[in-house]
Amino acid sequence: MYVIVVGGGKVGLNLARELIRNEREVTLVEQERRAYLRIEQELEHAVQYGDGTELWVLERAGIQRADLVVAVTGDDEDNILICQVAKEKYLCERIIARCNNPRNLQHFKLLGVQPAVSATDLILNLIEHEVPGHGLVHLLDLPDEKLEIIEVEVGEGALAAGLTVADIELPDGSLIISVLPRGKAGFVPKPDTVIAPGDEVLVVLDPGLEPYITAQFSPNGQTD
Amino acid sequence: MMVLVVGAGRVGSAVAKSSLAAGHTVSVLDEDPLSHERLDAGQPTSWEDAGGRFTVGTAIEIDALLAAGIEEADIFIAATRGDNTNILVAQIAQKRFGVERVIVRVLDPARSDWYAEQGLHTICAVKLGIAMFEQAVTEAAASH
Repeated sequence: MYVIVVGGGKVGLNLARELIRNEREVTLVEQERRAYLRIEQELEHAVQYGDGTELWVLERAGIQRADLVVAVTGDDEDNILICQVAKEKYLCERIIARCNNPRNLQHFKLLGVQPAVSATDLILNLIEHEVPGHGLVHLLDLPDEKLEIIEVEVGEGALAAGLTVADIELPDGSLIISVLPRGKAGFVPKPDTVIAPGDEVLVVLDPGLEPYITAQFSPNGQTD
Repeated sequence: MMVLVVGAGRVGSAVAKSSLAAGHTVSVLDEDPLSHERLDAGQPTSWEDAGGRFTVGTAIEIDALLAAGIEEADIFIAATRGDNTNILVAQIAQKRFGVERVIVRVLDPARSDWYAEQGLHTICAVKLGIAMFEQAVTEAAASH
């Protein structure tokens, strides 16, 4: 597998190092001359100097035969355009882009640059997971497939507390796929499994149904 | 016609002024408030008094584009100093807001050509400059 990594900052350099350690063929592209010279001491021929948004630089790096292009510069415009030309001009099968400002994620989506990885969003999700503010955590979002998986805690006095899975009034397009009792291993519930306060449940649902789910599981039937 | 110009540098401000003089509605978006001075320079009245609009904001921020009136724009001109910003914001105007005519300043000849093939109306001053230099060299050589 041949990988081109554009952007030799902390993310790009460490990525290139790890890939090389895993015996992948890698070329790192860095446009800042001093950073390039420093990296070149370590990576030698595996780093090239140039602006990775320019076509001739990508071609010199061998983009025609690249299996994967990873754009991790500190500039979202650059990352979007590098991946766009990799995919649409050079027909590279796999791309991965770094999104520095989560507000730009919509632009990555608009131009089909997926997956786009936002460290800020990843950390925010982790914070949500560790500190569930409203008892609901998005575990998986698949917008194209119109599918989400959420984790929700069953509050004291919730409408669903004490009911069996079959009796909980969930809207069409949603399904409880797992129950995680406090301190015990999770399992796939049966229709007669009773849901207790403090349990966490995983629900697969169509996007937009969250309010109906939280209505069933929030403490005392609150809806935030 | 409503013309939205993103980037009030030498190119953007000149095109904005001539579009306004030609009777179009013109709105200009630039992240630098001081760039407004270019729009006033050499004019008898201020840009606003002449009927122009000016919004301070970053090109690829949706809120800034909305404030500058992108939803009413018939013609969109991307003329910031950055090729990558121009190419991205032009595609946002075209694909997200469905602006009819999108014109993009691209300095890099190779990408100007490729994005033109993809349906963007690109203008590459570097390419024009190279052609003029080549012409001048040919003429100078012939006159010897």
